Amino acid sequence: MSRYLIRRLLIAVPSLLGISLVLFTMLALAPGDPFGELATNPAIPPSVQASLRLKFGLDDPIPVRYLHWLTAMAHGDWGFSFVSRMDVDKLILQRLPTTIGVIGASQIVALLIALPVGVYAATRPYSIFDQIASTFALMGFSLPPFFTGLVFILVFSVGLNWFPFVFRSDLSASGLAWWWEEFKQCLMPITVLATFQAATWTRFVRSAVLDVIRLDYVTTARSKGLPESGVVLKHIVRNALIPVVTLIALQLPIVFSGAIVTEQIFRVPGIGSLLISAILANDTPVIMGVTFVFACLVVLFNLMADLIYGWLDPRISYR
Amino acid sequence: MAGSTPASPTVDAAVVVVPPKTRARQVTPWTDAWRRFRRHRLAVVSSVVLLAMILAVAFGPLLWRVQINDIDFTAMLQTPSRAHPLGTDDLGQDLLARMLYGGRISLAVGLAAMAVSVVVGTLVGAVAGISRGSVDAALMWLTDLFLSLPPLPVLLLIIYLFRDTLKTLVGPELGIFVLIVAAIGAFRWMITARLVRAQFFALREKEFVEAARALGASTFRVVVRHILPNALGPVIVAGTIDVAAAIITESTLSFLGLGFPPDIPTWGRILFDAKDVLDSAPHWALFAGGAIFLTVLAINFIGDGLRDALDPRRVM
Repeated sequence: MSRYLIRRLLIAVPSLLGISLVLFTMLALAPGDPFGELATNPAIPPSVQASLRLKFGLDDPIPVRYLHWLTAMAHGDWGFSFVSRMDVDKLILQRLPTTIGVIGASQIVALLIALPVGVYAATRPYSIFDQIASTFALMGFSLPPFFTGLVFILVFSVGLNWFPFVFRSDLSASGLAWWWEEFKQCLMPITVLATFQAATWTRFVRSAVLDVIRLDYVTTARSKGLPESGVVLKHIVRNALIPVVTLIALQLPIVFSGAIVTEQIFRVPGIGSLLISAILANDTPVIMGVTFVFACLVVLFNLMADLIYGWLDPRISYR
Repeated sequence: MAGSTPASPTVDAAVVVVPPKTRARQVTPWTDAWRRFRRHRLAVVSSVVLLAMILAVAFGPLLWRVQINDIDFTAMLQTPSRAHPLGTDDLGQDLLARMLYGGRISLAVGLAAMAVSVVVGTLVGAVAGISRGSVDAALMWLTDLFLSLPPLPVLLLIIYLFRDTLKTLVGPELGIFVLIVAAIGAFRWMITARLVRAQFFALREKEFVEAARALGASTFRVVVRHILPNALGPVIVAGTIDVAAAIITESTLSFLGLGFPPDIPTWGRILFDAKDVLDSAPHWALFAGGAIFLTVLAINFIGDGLRDALDPRRVM
């Protein structure tokens, strides 16, 4: 198991390097000195400018700059946000738990919807339930998160006044009341993200189960007289989940898009809304940092998908 | 086995009967596909809806001759009326005119970005699929790398870095259009590339390809005349979905305030402007969001129908 894990970790390193290369190339190709905004500021004397250019290495050839940037990133020196007046890595670390919490919770909710609905629909193909579920799934993934979010605010905050539509990180309540308030303000962002995911995954689960359900080994299991629930859960679902895990891992980068939008709508103080505000404020170090963190998260979740894959399908693990 | 299951559950199950074999007309693959597409009723309805929307945004501005930037402070945030069928926004501008204009941009972005991603994806997939060894490995590494980049953050980064240059280069409107189309296309080609490559792997050892090669056809001719036409089915399906995804991406960018500038009212931009007065003028946001939803839904249903028609084996 640990060898498999180490192998996977080693495979993740080149992709992280590739991502950093792509990001840095874009930064280097861009016109102007995105890192050198300070160095071109007329209020700063030329001698300071020169030393700053030297410090940031703006006059070095691009490969050298890439290596400098990479070693600095690896050392945890992610730059300084001139807008927020603090180190980028601290800023991101402050915001990261909120984002991971919202994304994680919505993924779990989406899975809790998609798995039963997808399996139930696929075990009764073309039934009324299947048709309704599939139509709803298609509608769900045609609904962009920003529109669902606005409709939710319109119905539940403006209309019914059930939930607050601005996320507050400074809730005054404490103890159980704090949890209740936190739950109330998290509910809408999580639901918006989960709706979209659940719709996509229901289709994945349904088609994966349909692929497996007519295989001979399932017929064998049935003809042995096993109860239907056992056949479905132990024989069908476990094998159907293998491609589903792959598809979910492939979908993850898209989840982050939804998370950024959701955070922006509900003003959740995560790294998604940090990215938007950094772009509006021309805060390049933060933009680079957040983009890189998102890329790292994708690689991390892919790694987790690989591990789950190995657990689901013993044939391919520990190789 | 699993292959005999039509991909979509909304297909009319009762009509799945083998058609009479005795036909006077010749049955080409396309008439066959059309026959299968017609069976998916929601896809047919969606085609009509989409066609109506395309006609509306193409010819609507010719019939509804209100300017998109006619400011009228006496008619701010009005609900739908005879003078303004979809109401007005916070500057008293007519929403119907703005929606029609924005629809042109949104649909154009969707189609253009799809074209970019299909061309790039087919090219990469075809080159990877026909050449073995290191070229294939390198291209697939690139594909995997792009697949593991989070698209929206990177798109935002690209727009942040390059928007000013392109604006000065080709003008504000065309510049942002080119940038958004290229950027969306650049992050949607990977699925197409993988599909094309997989198709090439399956097709290039087939007998008819062998025969063409034996007759002395060049590699280029084999690819263009023999393999590519047979690999197109999944590409068309993926391309359809790409249009929907591109429309959503463009709306998302505009909704975040980082897409088209305020004087170009795309549907996402209208939604962005509307979200601050959601409580007093909900119609403003609902029309724009509804238009995006309806278009994307129609395209996705068409994609579903096309999948049944062109790619019946792939159940996904």
